[in-house]
Amino acid sequence: MDNIFAEYEDKLPVKIIEDIKNNIPKGIAQNKLRKILELVLEEYENAKVHPGEAVGLVSAESIGEPGTQMTLNTFHFAGVAEMNVTLGLPRIIEILDGRETPDTPAMEIYLKAPYSGGKDIREFALSLKETKLSNIADEFSISLINSEIEIKLNKEKMKAHSLTTPKVAAIIAKQIKGLNIRESEELIILKSRAKEESLNEIYKAKEKIKDVHIKGVKGISQVLPIKRNDEYVIITSGSNLADVIQLEGVDPYRTTTNNIIEVQQVLGIEAARQLIINEVFKVIENQGFNVDIRHIMLVADTMCVSGKVKGITRYGVVSEKASALARASFETPIKHIINAALIGEIDQLESVVENVMLNQAVPIGTGIPQLIANFKKK
Amino acid sequence: MKTKFKVDKHILIPKHSKLSDSQKEKLLEKYNISMNELPRILKTDAAISSLEPKPNDIIKIARKSPTAGEAFFYRVVVDV
Repeated sequence: MDNIFAEYEDKLPVKIIEDIKNNIPKGIAQNKLRKILELVLEEYENAKVHPGEAVGLVSAESIGEPGTQMTLNTFHFAGVAEMNVTLGLPRIIEILDGRETPDTPAMEIYLKAPYSGGKDIREFALSLKETKLSNIADEFSISLINSEIEIKLNKEKMKAHSLTTPKVAAIIAKQIKGLNIRESEELIILKSRAKEESLNEIYKAKEKIKDVHIKGVKGISQVLPIKRNDEYVIITSGSNLADVIQLEGVDPYRTTTNNIIEVQQVLGIEAARQLIINEVFKVIENQGFNVDIRHIMLVADTMCVSGKVKGITRYGVVSEKASALARASFETPIKHIINAALIGEIDQLESVVENVMLNQAVPIGTGIPQLIANFKKK
Repeated sequence: MKTKFKVDKHILIPKHSKLSDSQKEKLLEKYNISMNELPRILKTDAAISSLEPKPNDIIKIARKSPTAGEAFFYRVVVDV
């Protein structure tokens, strides 16, 4: 019996074959099974998208129509910690544009036992949060006479992060070179080794020192442990997937971010495609609309064909169109037409838009078949 | 502090595998296409680093699809 199924493995999707396997009565005759599969295959072939069907257009309408009714506002979580997440139309636009960083980057960090059970969950979450020097210092001042920078540290804040003045001084020395560092009680005094520094430069150095990374994971600005299905998950605002998955206690295989470009770099193009689908679908579902996932899959596939995530913008997928007229029809037409004229581009008129412009039959549906003349040589 | 991260075990990543030369030919024949009509994947892509990809290799991707159960997708490896 398995050999009959094997024949159809190439022709039918796995899910349908599984469905048939689970639903046929036991000990079915071979010829009957073959008949069933034959009928299923026929139905399947009929259900397929026809050659020349304008799938992109259907997808565009299917996603665009509910898009007109989506909220335009950023949504705020009520209550605990000020965490916002961009939702609704702005988020969809952001994803489909393939932006480098989302408006509100966020991560979902899954944990390994014992943290997932809630052990030391607060401490663990706080240890992820990025601490900059400006978070533990009270005052940064410049002493004009000695051209030095004075940093007054806050004792209580340091204690909360279990830091000491020498520790902080060592961290600064490691990250910024060319400084002489003196320390006392709660003061750290920095002086550049270079002679005769202008005030302007000292001021710049002061601003730079404020951002020195002391503890935690770079880019994570807020943390919020929550309970989800019997386990604790940490939601963060700010995202740094590459560093977080390396941490001990984190379950790297379930931890995700909402930054698509970051996922492409860390996990590859297929993961990015999956994330685009998940994120877009989540937004649409969240707003109470019902869009077939196939439309979203088509858009995600289009964005990922080249091996890199490309947005649906004039710099992304549109710039890869072969036809100059098609590119011109999207945005900035004059630029495209001038450039095409400069290099003497030839338009083969093989796609839709350019043929619409020229008032010709478009290659969609019944417009695809063409006559081919076979000239006999005399 | 650091733990070894096996990239292919992540929930977002479907299974990637490399096709042999004969499988490659079969595939191109089945769909009646040439190499440069396939979608591309970068040589440096994180998900295929363990497969030691070379340009013009074809990577088979077994995606978990909500509509078809498992769907196969193919990408050709390209330099940068």
